[in-house]
Amino acid sequence: MSSTSTPAPGFPGAGAHGEERPGKIDAVPVRHPWRVVAVVVIAIFVAQLVRLLLTNEAWNWKLVFAIMFQAPVLEGLLLGTIVGTIFAMILGVGLGVLFAVMRLSDNPVLSRVAWFFTWFFRAIPRYVLLFIMGTLGILFPLSSGGLTVGVPFGDLIAKLFGLHGDLSFFNLDANQLFSSLLGGIIGLGISEAAYMAEIARAGILSVDPGQREAASALGMSNAMAMRRVVLPQAMRVIVPPTGNETIAMVKDTSLLLAVPVNSELFFQVRAIGARLFQVFPAAVAASLWYLIICSLLMIVQVQLEKKFGKGFGQKAPSPNAYKAAMLRLRGGGGGMGGV
Amino acid sequence: MNQPLVHAVNVHKDFHGNEVLKGIDLDVESGEVVCLLGPSGSGKTTFLRCINQLETIQGGRIWVDGELAGYVEKKGKLYRLNDKQIAHQRREIGMVFQRFNLFPHMTAKENVMEGPVKVKGLSKGDAAKRADELLARVGLEDRAGHYPAQLSGGQQQRVAIARALAMQPKLMLFDEPTSALDPELVGEVLTVMKELAEQGMTMIVVTHEMGFAREVADRVVFMDGGVVVEQGPPAQVIDNPQHERTQSFLSRIRTENEEYAEALAIRTAAEAL
Repeated sequence: MSSTSTPAPGFPGAGAHGEERPGKIDAVPVRHPWRVVAVVVIAIFVAQLVRLLLTNEAWNWKLVFAIMFQAPVLEGLLLGTIVGTIFAMILGVGLGVLFAVMRLSDNPVLSRVAWFFTWFFRAIPRYVLLFIMGTLGILFPLSSGGLTVGVPFGDLIAKLFGLHGDLSFFNLDANQLFSSLLGGIIGLGISEAAYMAEIARAGILSVDPGQREAASALGMSNAMAMRRVVLPQAMRVIVPPTGNETIAMVKDTSLLLAVPVNSELFFQVRAIGARLFQVFPAAVAASLWYLIICSLLMIVQVQLEKKFGKGFGQKAPSPNAYKAAMLRLRGGGGGMGGV
Repeated sequence: MNQPLVHAVNVHKDFHGNEVLKGIDLDVESGEVVCLLGPSGSGKTTFLRCINQLETIQGGRIWVDGELAGYVEKKGKLYRLNDKQIAHQRREIGMVFQRFNLFPHMTAKENVMEGPVKVKGLSKGDAAKRADELLARVGLEDRAGHYPAQLSGGQQQRVAIARALAMQPKLMLFDEPTSALDPELVGEVLTVMKELAEQGMTMIVVTHEMGFAREVADRVVFMDGGVVVEQGPPAQVIDNPQHERTQSFLSRIRTENEEYAEALAIRTAAEAL
């Protein structure tokens, strides 16, 4: 309070009794003329787009909606696109986290196997990988029993001990297995796992090493510390890019055609479009479905980010405040990437 | 039968050829409060971390409560314990870190409950009751539902102490528990530690707080260059150090403290103006 009676010398109005002290700031804001120009230009483009959408006959909106709800299209949407995405992502995330943990393990064999996996499946284009999946049956021809599930090297062991048979439990038709939706899901899933491994590894590494030490000091085993302390915190970093990966996977299910799997959204829509000589409305119908699914996924992603952001969103009067804020920014950035 | 709670003999530790501990001998009796002093790089924090096996030692032996840390000896041969067995040994030892290391995704109460529930298999109800008692003991019963990011540094450190106590340890290790705190928050943490000492907890404290060491410690151990230079009652080591290295360290600390006190006094005076 004493400072009010001793104003700084040289300050305008300072010291003089009865003179008014500077009050509320009421200034003229900076003008932004180019913003107006930008809005006008954009408005012109939007108006043209609306006119194109409403008046151009080629859209054939009636046909678009009719195609969207055809039985084979709905079946393709459900099977290839939705079920395919769900199971490929389950496989991808599960294997990805496993490979991330292996990669960070002290065991050099585990670590190198994980590195090799990532290297291999990241290098091969998804389309090519799915094509290979479809032809993989050639390695296990039916004439020699197809794909055999049994004791490893069972045929050699049987031969060694002079036994009949090959110690197998059952045989599968590899051609059928690999060139089905299951084969496609395996292909998409292992390809995804290579990317998820890197995402999960980054997430695990983002957790302060002190967290693991604190867990150890409480008497937790390494596995429990990973499960209870490290992974829940890593999830905050893992979820946003995983959301992006899931949205990308929805779109990549259109590659299932390479297997070939034809109960898939884009193939079915295109087939109808080709039959009717109305390719464009068919493409629009597919786009609308992809837009709808990806919008729903974005809602799920926001919910997941909230769940795993627990304890990080709050105002933080601590040395960790800055770090938490940076992480929040990073998380938010990833989320925006999905928009 | 009257063995010390911590019995460390000829402990050696090196990080990639850089020798940090060069043969530490230290016994800590049950109920004793020992403060480890020394310049940074003297190995005091490393030695503390060796006691609960956050670091593995390359030579010597450490026994905690009569149990050899990290190994079992059979017919004169040492066998390394596995991850789970080492985790089991650590249950007896509570540790408080310089940077608190609370679990940020759990509330204060969940932090305190985590060990008893997940490691000891206590029921959630019992663990919650114990957590409430412990949070009250460190004066934070009204912060049970707060996440660490919503607490001040001093409050976080007190929760961390409660979390360690929830495992009902025989020994508490403190690794510079007040070094990361704003000066005005140091007192509340030291008060909790002092109460703990008065209740008879065995404590090993790495600290630069001379006032705390003088007042609370039964014994002060001065380390430098990976060896114990001098040890004894605080009155002897702090006020009448025998060794030249201890003397120079303490005078340096004193100068720093005086400079700090002076700066604080100037700031306080400036604020009052």
